[in-house]
Order: sequence, then C-alpha cells, then structure tokens
Amino acid sequence: MRWIFPTVLLGLLLAFPPIAAAMGLEFYQGLLTKIMIFALAASSLNLILGYGGMVSFGHAAYFGLGAYTVAILMREGVTSGWVIWAVAVGLSALLALLIGAISLRTRGIYFIMITLAFAQMIYYLVVSFKQYGGEDGLRARRPEFGLFELNDTTLYYLTLGVLLAALYLLYRLVHSRFGRVLQAIRENEARALALGYPVFHFQLVAFVLAGALAGLAGVLMAHYTQYASPNLLAWQQSGHLMMMVILGGVGQFWGGVLGALVLSLVEEILQDLTIHWQLGVGLILLFIVLFAPKGLAGLMRRGS
Amino acid sequence: MKKAVWLMVFLGLIGFSLALAQPRTVKVGFVSTLSGGGAALGIDVRDGFNLALRHLNNQLGGLPVEVIVADDQQNPDVARQAVDRMLKRDRVDFLTGIIFSNILLAVGDAIFEEKVFYISPNAGPSEYAGEQCNPYFVNVAWQNDNLHEAMGQYVQTRRFENVFLLAPNYPAGRDALTGFKRYFKGRVVAEVYHRLNQLDFSAEIAQIRAARPKAVYAFEPGAMGVNFIKQYAEAGLLREIPLFLPGFSADADVIRAVGRGMVGIYNSSQWTLELNNPINQRFVEDFRKTYNRTPTLYASQGYDAALLLDAAIKAVGGDLSKKDELRKAMLAGFNSTRGPLRFSPNGYPIQNYYLRQVIQQPGGEIVNRQVGTIFTNHRDAYVDRCKLR
Amino acid sequence: MPPSLFIEQVLNGFQFGLMLFLLAAGLTLVLGIMDTINLAHGSLYMIGAYLTATLVGVTGSFWLAVLGAVLGTALIGMLLELSVLRQLYRRDHLSQVLATFALILIINEVVRMIWGSQPLLLSAPEALSGPVEILPGLYYPAFRLVIIGVGLLVALLLFWLVNRTRVGMWLRAGASNREMAQAMGVPIKPLFTLLFGVGAGLCAIAGAFLGPILAVQIGMGESILILAFVVIVIGGIGSIKGALVGALLVGLVDTAGRAFLPLLLSRVAPPEVASNLGPALASILIYLLMAVVLFFRPQGLFPART
Repeated sequence: MRWIFPTVLLGLLLAFPPIAAAMGLEFYQGLLTKIMIFALAASSLNLILGYGGMVSFGHAAYFGLGAYTVAILMREGVTSGWVIWAVAVGLSALLALLIGAISLRTRGIYFIMITLAFAQMIYYLVVSFKQYGGEDGLRARRPEFGLFELNDTTLYYLTLGVLLAALYLLYRLVHSRFGRVLQAIRENEARALALGYPVFHFQLVAFVLAGALAGLAGVLMAHYTQYASPNLLAWQQSGHLMMMVILGGVGQFWGGVLGALVLSLVEEILQDLTIHWQLGVGLILLFIVLFAPKGLAGLMRRGS
Repeated sequence: MKKAVWLMVFLGLIGFSLALAQPRTVKVGFVSTLSGGGAALGIDVRDGFNLALRHLNNQLGGLPVEVIVADDQQNPDVARQAVDRMLKRDRVDFLTGIIFSNILLAVGDAIFEEKVFYISPNAGPSEYAGEQCNPYFVNVAWQNDNLHEAMGQYVQTRRFENVFLLAPNYPAGRDALTGFKRYFKGRVVAEVYHRLNQLDFSAEIAQIRAARPKAVYAFEPGAMGVNFIKQYAEAGLLREIPLFLPGFSADADVIRAVGRGMVGIYNSSQWTLELNNPINQRFVEDFRKTYNRTPTLYASQGYDAALLLDAAIKAVGGDLSKKDELRKAMLAGFNSTRGPLRFSPNGYPIQNYYLRQVIQQPGGEIVNRQVGTIFTNHRDAYVDRCKLR
Repeated sequence: MPPSLFIEQVLNGFQFGLMLFLLAAGLTLVLGIMDTINLAHGSLYMIGAYLTATLVGVTGSFWLAVLGAVLGTALIGMLLELSVLRQLYRRDHLSQVLATFALILIINEVVRMIWGSQPLLLSAPEALSGPVEILPGLYYPAFRLVIIGVGLLVALLLFWLVNRTRVGMWLRAGASNREMAQAMGVPIKPLFTLLFGVGAGLCAIAGAFLGPILAVQIGMGESILILAFVVIVIGGIGSIKGALVGALLVGLVDTAGRAFLPLLLSRVAPPEVASNLGPALASILIYLLMAVVLFFRPQGLFPART
C-alpha cells in the first residue's frame, strides 16, 4: 500500500514531458527540471546540515563550481559530457576535501564563519576572471554525450535519474552505520569521541560527499540554463539552499526535496502576483523558523 | 507530499488555460533595469515607451498590445529568468527594454534562437555590430561607441594635450573608450576601468589628481555618473580640470541629482529637446505634462522603439509570421523623434550626433542646450564586418 | 607614486574603515554577549540611510535629519529586538541565521513598498561639498574629513561608555561570561534591548554618512554586512577595540586593493585586467585573513571572552 503513492508520483513525473509538449507547457517542464536540481543540492546540504549538524554557510561554492566547470571546459574546447561531469564532480569533491579539512577543525560559530569565508574567496576568485565572464557569468553550451543528445527533454529525464540515484545513495547512507554514527556525532560529539569514533573522519567524508553532490547539481544547473552565473556562488545562494533545507525539514529524509519543491513553487507563484514577492518568502521562512522548526516534513509527520 | 503534487497539477492547469485564453494581440516583453543604480534609465525608457503606446491608442500597427514588464535588477541571472519566462511561457512576439550591454549579451542568444525580434532601446554592444550581427537584432538608439566617438571628435578639435579616460569595466564601458580613442588622436595619459556599479570614486579621483591631465573624459551612466560628478566637484577638480561627458552622464536624471555644479559641461547626444519635428515636439511636451519631468535621451529611445514597432507591423499588415518582411520594414526606417531614421544592415541606426551644453535658463531650470552638430549621417565602425544585407 | 596620492588613499581607507567600525561595534556586542548572529544588522544601516534621506527633504537640514534617523532607527532596532530577536537567543545558530536572513528579505521589501525601487537622493550638506587644503598642495573633500571626525568621535564615546561607565562594565562582564554576569545581578534583558538600540543607532550614523557617497538603495546593507562580520571575526567577537582595529585593517586593505594594486598591476598587465584584478585580490585577501584568524586564533586579535 505504501508504494502506491510514490509509484503514481514517479509515473506522473516520467509522463510529464510528452504531456507538456502536447499542451504547450514546455516552460513547466523546465521549472520541474530546476526544482529537481535544487532538490539534489538541498538534499546534499541536508546530509551535512541535518544529519551531521554541520552548519555550512558556504555550500554554494560547490554548487557554483560545478556550473562553472562546465562553462569553462566547454569554452576551452572540451566537449565530452562524460569528461566534464567527471571533472566537475571531482573538482567539487576536492574543494570540499580541502575546505572541510581546514574548517572541520573549528566548531560552532567559527565553523559557520570559516565556511562562509572560503565560499567568498571562491566567489571573488571566479569573478575576477574576466575572460570567463567576470561578474556577468559565462555561457555554458551543452556538451556531447555520444549516446544521446542533450536537449531540454533528455535533460529532464537525466536530472530525474540523477536525483533518484542520489536519493537512493543518501537513503542507504543515512540508514547505515555511517549514517547512525554521523547523527550520534551531531547529538553529542564528546560522547562519540569518548566511544572511540574518529569524529573528524566521519564528518569529512560526509562533507566531501555533500560537496560532490552539490557540484553535480551545479553541472545540471549549467546544462539547464546553459549559463554559469556568479549568483550560484554568492552567499545569498548558500542562504537560499539553507532555506530549502529548513523549509523541508532539517534532518528529515525528504527535507531537501520538499523544501526545494515548495520554495521554488512559492517563488514562481508569488513572482507573478507582486513585485514584493520576497516579502512572502521572508515571512514564510520566519514563520517556519519560529513556529515549525522541523519544517514541512516535520509537520506532515506529526499530522499522519 | 500529496498536497504538493496536487498543487503542481493545479498549477499546470492554470498555465494551460492561461495559454489558451488569449486573443490575438501583439505581446511585447519589456525587460529593463527598474531598481538599483540604473533604475532612472530603465524607468525613463519604460515611460517613453508607454507614452508612445498612449499616443498610438495602445496599438502597434493596428493590433492591440499587451506589454509584459519585468525588472532585471541589473542582474544577468534575473534577466535570463525573466526572458526565459517571456519566451517560453508568455510567448512574446517582441522583446525590448534592456539598458545594460552585459545583460543584453547574457540573454541575446536565447532570444535570437527563438527567432524573436529584439528591439534595443539602449544597449548597443559592438559584439552585435560586427561578425556576430543578427537579423533579429535592431537597435533604435545608437551603437555603444557612437556618442563617445562624437565627444572624441569634439575634444580633438579643442586640442587638449592629453586626456584621462575613465569608464566602468563592462562591454559598454570598453566600447566607450574605444570609440573615444577612434577620433581623439592626442595623448591618453591614463585609461582606467573601475568595477561596474561602483559608487565611491575616491581612488580614481585621487589618481586623476596625481596624473594632472589637461582634460578628463568619463563614461558613467546612471548612479555612477551622479556619484562621480558629485565627488569630482567635492574634490575641487571640476573647476580645475575640464570634464567632458557623453549624453548618458549629463542628461536630466544626472542634472536633477547633481544640480548647478553641472552648468557648462559639454556632452554629446543623438537626440536633443530642441529637435524641430512634430513628433519630437509632441513627445517632449506630453512627457513633461504626463510625468512632470524633463525627458532624457533614454525616454526618447523608449518612445522611438514603440514607433518603430508600429511602423513595421503596419508595413506587414499585422502578419507577425512574416519575419523577413518585418525585418526589411524595420531597416527601411521610420519617423522618429530624431526625424526620419534609417538603419545599417547590422540593425544599427545611421544618424547625426549633436553637441550639447548644460546651461541654466533665466527661470533657474538647468537643461541641456543643443549648441552644434558633430557628425551627420554617421554609421557605426563595425558595419563592414557584418555579413548581413 | 606621489606622496599626496598615498596620503589621500590612506585617508580614504580610514574613512571607510571608521564607518565599517560603526556597523561592527553593534554587531560584535550582540554576538559576543548574547551569542546571537544577526544578519539583519545591514538592514538597520539601510533604514538609517533611508530615514536620513527622507528627513533631509522634510527638515532641510542634514544634521537634524541624521539625529532623527539615529533616533528612529534605534527605536526600530529595539522593536525588532523585543519582537523577533528575543525569540532567537535560546535557539541554535542555524535558526538565528535563517530567521535574520528572513528579516533581510522582509525589511528590503517593506522599504521598497514605502519608498519604491529607485534609489533615493542624499547629498552632503552644501557647506561640506568642497575640498579642504589639509596640507600645502593636498586637497581632500571636506565631507570625508567630517566622516573621519565623526567616526573617531563615536569611537571615543564608545570607549568611554564601555570602559568608564557602569553600563559599560555590565557589557564587558556580559561579553566575558554571560551566565556569571547574570548571576551577579547584571540586568541582562533590558540591557540587551538598550544595546540593540545603540547598535542600530550606530548603523544609522554609518548609513547617513555613507549614503551621500554611495547610494541609498534597497540591498545596500548586504555587501557591507559581510564585511562587518569579517571585521568582528578578525578583531575578536565581543571586543570594541577589536572591532576598531579590524575595521581599520579591512578598510585599508580594501582601499589598497582599489587604488594601489591596480597601479602596481598596470605595469605588468593591460588596464582592463589591472583594474579588475586589484579589487579581486583585495577581497580574496580580506577573506583569507578571516580564515587564517579563524583557524589559528579563532577568538580574534583582541579576545573579549575569558
């Protein structure tokens, strides 16, 4: 019985593109693609923020790096999608390893600040390269994959596939021993240390994995918009991702997905209604933080 | 989770019904900078455009018009999303409005790929004038270099030994100083680019003071212009080292903010308040009456964009699917606030450029006065590299 | 490089640094004493600038407008503290970050609803809109000299307040060890509302004086907010002295990046590249400094905590 709802949902998602094409709703197919990309990015943040308790205020760095890798490699003549994906995810993971190795030696407010500092450095570094667009960003043409052509529709299915695979990976991870230890560290670090767990290593592995997945989301974003924008690296983007996680439910499995879905829909609907749409977003966020800190997933859990 | 899905289905149905419900009107997407430092420019273009629509009884070429307005916040990302929405969801027939060249360059390709005409009421990057010229691009204002070429020519005739150049570091800023140097043959003592949207010019002003040039030429649109001129005056340099500007930095919006300090400054423009034709006279008078302020060149450009669309759509009898004929009609020219206006094959106008000076009228009002003509029937410098005919 | 250029740029660095200090001072005390991250601090700076611009139109006097703006912003700050911030003291840092981030969005839009999307015009008073000859042959804008003066004056007042008054003693005690201070009878709650109001007032001064130089527009607080956080991290969370030193340091590095680095780089690179790389290097340097301090000496240059 439990499987009926997810199966129907999956079926709808799979069937959406041909329906959209028939009804002239290609715009909404694009919107769904964007939502799925943010779902991936937010879920990756949820791993370290929700399950790991690491408040990283610099997650946008990996997200943006993924996008820029696509744009820059295409610009420099590397046109194989497979190579680009490997390099982008690898670079994001490497960056997360470097930043994590340093940042995870700090705690609390200092951890928040140092992750922010590194993200800002990456931002200003990338933006300083005028030949790669500077503050305007860089066009990111879609690469070749050989087996299929990357267009709006194949990108939709590709993103759906990647999201499902990532969610499966995350599911297995948080329900494994690794995931349990990670949460134990979040609950009481001193005790975990006392029990002999290598806290730093567990946190670093989670951090790198989160960075890699965020980088992958960035790659997909570059494919979707065919553009790498400095906005993807800005601290406001880190805040945007954190908003999604808390909206959906920090440390709840579907938190990232729900948060991305709801926030994107709210933004899309409000934007048409009023130029003051950010007021609505701000009020919703404030409400959730003050009165529903477990987010939507938490509310729904209590309801059912 | 369930509720979210129903919400989405609902959304899809709304979108579908909206898509079906429209009668055949001309849909124009207007994306412009309506907030931030460049807001005055976007607002002027928008107001000029709207005034023209009012004069045309809200029709273009006889067809009813729907204008969809979006604020790009001077952010290429926001602009891209707005353009994407207008092309894919609203399915606009024409796009217009963008002020800044870097924003235009970020969205141009997406617009041309959809085979939608973009009528530029401002941004005129050299990128679209030469090899990368595009049949779906028409600029009703000028090519970025032009006003600066005119000032370069003027400053050259004044025989200053050397000049200090200043502009923001973005496509139009680089075009500006390139254009100036094309006609100014004297010595350039320094060519300084600063960050776009920078507002504190203390560093650059200190450099100017140290370099002791005989004259300064600066391209600073919008709030950058206001701040630069104010700070230049506060540093005591305005009376010491003459400052020359393009019309962008010396029109009514900047004058309103800076005030009397601007009196005496020379600047160039493709349009002036005094141009003696019925269209311009009606435009200036009605703009003043409707919006309670003096129009700038930006406003005239917005006005002309609407007039261009009107003439072209009329010429094809309202059949917007005839893309080739539409283009031919647009390039053939139309009657604008500057008189009859013609175009080169790359979509850029061929026109005069005038010398203006900021003066204080007997009643106290500070305005630009046309004092001479610098170029007649001037083309842009890149047209020969464009392969379009 | 002529010495006059050098002196002028150093003064510019001081001028920017002192205004940054005004923002950092309030922020460091809030974070230091109540362990609360307040991202909406930049929004108070924006409100101060908007109020000043509006009041100048109403009263015709820049100084009266500044006074009114400081009082108005302080009031708004205290209301904000009583309503929203109070709920966040007991919460974790993530909640504080997100709640105050939400406040930024809300305040931006409320300001847009009241004043519109276009930036407001705010000019320096007529009397100060010319240069002053501070050394033979060296001219500097009068208004910027006044900013330096106001900044130094406020810094002195703050030092006196923090080091020579009872209230200041309570603040230092609270910054050093909040629980102990409370146990010793320091009235932390009303003290904190007052502190927040003072911090807001300081932001308003910065907004009023930077408004004529920069622009009074929506979102003007966000860029300076991040720099304020850099300042308090480098200086030491909870320390006014640290905020001053950190602010001057950041102000000078920022100015060096905009002025000196491009000049140096223009010897080896074309003008577009040099003008671009200078500020970028300066920004990277500032954040690098922040990261280094966080890693090796997280309590900052002048730690307040015992």
